Amino acid sequence: MKIKETAGRKVFLTVNAILLGLVGFACLAPMLHVLSCSISDPSTLARVQGFHLWPIAPFTFEGYETVLGYSNILIGYANTLFYVAFGVLLNLTLTTVAAYVLAQKRFMPANKIMLFMAFTMLFNGGLIPNYLLIVKMGLIDNRLAILLPSAFNVFNLVIMRTSFREIPDALEESARLDGANDLQILWHIIIPVSKATLAVITLFVAVGLWNSWFTASIYLTDRSKWPLQLFLREILINNSQRSLDTGVKASALAQQTLVKYCVIIVATLPILCIYPFLQKYFVKGIMIGSIKG
Amino acid sequence: MKWKLLAANYRSNRLLYWMVFPVVVFVIIFSYLPMLGLTISFQDYSLVKGIFGSKWVGFANFADFFNSLYFLRTFRNTILLSLLNLLFCFPAPIILALMLNEVKSVRYKRLVQTVSYMPHFISMIVVAGLIIEFTNSSGVISTLVTALGGKATSYISLPQYFRSIFIVSDIWQNIGFNSIIYLAALSGINEELYEAARIDGAGRFRQMLSVTLPGLLPTIVIMLILSVGSIMNLNFEKVLLLYSPSNYETSDVIMTYVYRIGIIKQKIGYSTAVGLFNSVVSLLLVLGANKLSKTYTETSMF
Repeated sequence: MKIKETAGRKVFLTVNAILLGLVGFACLAPMLHVLSCSISDPSTLARVQGFHLWPIAPFTFEGYETVLGYSNILIGYANTLFYVAFGVLLNLTLTTVAAYVLAQKRFMPANKIMLFMAFTMLFNGGLIPNYLLIVKMGLIDNRLAILLPSAFNVFNLVIMRTSFREIPDALEESARLDGANDLQILWHIIIPVSKATLAVITLFVAVGLWNSWFTASIYLTDRSKWPLQLFLREILINNSQRSLDTGVKASALAQQTLVKYCVIIVATLPILCIYPFLQKYFVKGIMIGSIKG
Repeated sequence: MKWKLLAANYRSNRLLYWMVFPVVVFVIIFSYLPMLGLTISFQDYSLVKGIFGSKWVGFANFADFFNSLYFLRTFRNTILLSLLNLLFCFPAPIILALMLNEVKSVRYKRLVQTVSYMPHFISMIVVAGLIIEFTNSSGVISTLVTALGGKATSYISLPQYFRSIFIVSDIWQNIGFNSIIYLAALSGINEELYEAARIDGAGRFRQMLSVTLPGLLPTIVIMLILSVGSIMNLNFEKVLLLYSPSNYETSDVIMTYVYRIGIIKQKIGYSTAVGLFNSVVSLLLVLGANKLSKTYTETSMF
């Protein structure tokens, strides 16, 4: 049935669309500014203040060339890739295995263990006791201090367990009759049909690890183990040029500002390129988590 | 006998038990051991003597905190920042979802959604870097203010602007992503309800009040309980990146104080006590919110 739109309705729809356009623009603008500045002419940029949605000619890529020459940025990038790769692997392994077992009806203590884990979402030791634990385990300046505390997340467990429970039992039963054990069922049956949930959790875990900096800042003093975000903090927040100085001569201030923009883009681009492709799964992941949470 | 049943259950499902065992151990080590570690908030803790050798001081650490100048400042700032957050950042994604829901063109809707999710994926360091860049004396805000006759200055370091900057940037970062859940709830509302409302002569606005909002309510309530639960755990990493002694008056929250006093100054027992105070208030808030909502809206988390 097609309902004829009234004039008032048309005005509303137009205003609504314009407002939404503005919201979208506001969300995009700061990064657009950074992107434009990163390829603008540095000396003009230093003189012309304000918002740049379009780069100032002559365009230049020297900022990027400089950034990719900094050893600290490369070390940070390599470390971050390491933390993300192993962190995701650890997270997914622990979460899928636990979720599979806790979703089994024939596993008697399932609800008790679930409660035991869910309690940690309501109450936890907090910053200092967690810090002491790492100190006492002798993990200061150890990469494990970054990987272990974040290796398991109860919220993701809840999401995955709920999604595993929705899988028809018949699928599992037939495999069991064929003599498959639990690990085989998990690997060959449950995981392949849960790709959407796994994709969202992978994305959220990976983004979390990519952007994480606080644990690294309290557990790592050894700069060779620092993730990219800590070098970024030095450049962007502490306004220190220490991360930039090594390996290159001190460049002009304009040059350094240019480099700041380039660093932001280099550190953010990988994630901004990935999330739109997984967007359609977000709803599923978020919904399951919050309803059964 | 229950243990006998459990033993029988174990014998027929050995593999399941061994699969979940490492994860349980993991949770014990990384979640429950630190909870035991909370006992040091009742000690004059020394790293050398450890938890069993340090002197017990009862509630002295808590008393020290409540009597210090920092208590009022950090508690007030924590509560105020969170309440402002509830007031502005909480409704923003609901409004965005309602607006998106009215859009007829699927492609336009998808485009606005994709773009508005973006800030959520940018790291806190970069967001803080952008905030500092935009609010410093040669930044966009200063340029705008000087054009209007004001003076250029570093706005983030002025205590009177810290909260506004914190809240506005928070809306910017999360409005899109947080709208996802409301959009999903909106798409779950039965189309026939709208049909029935139209037949009863309800206009667009009336339909929103009588159909849309009741349909959204359970989601709103759950999200509200979660937000109330996180009142004490507001984004302290962001505060940590943006605050400085010049704006402590409005920016210093309990968790940043715990960080400074515990990790930097290594007053372990005292800072653990302050942190425990924060966690207990937080737990009470979430339990309270859950109970209230159970009583009045029949929606609850547990």
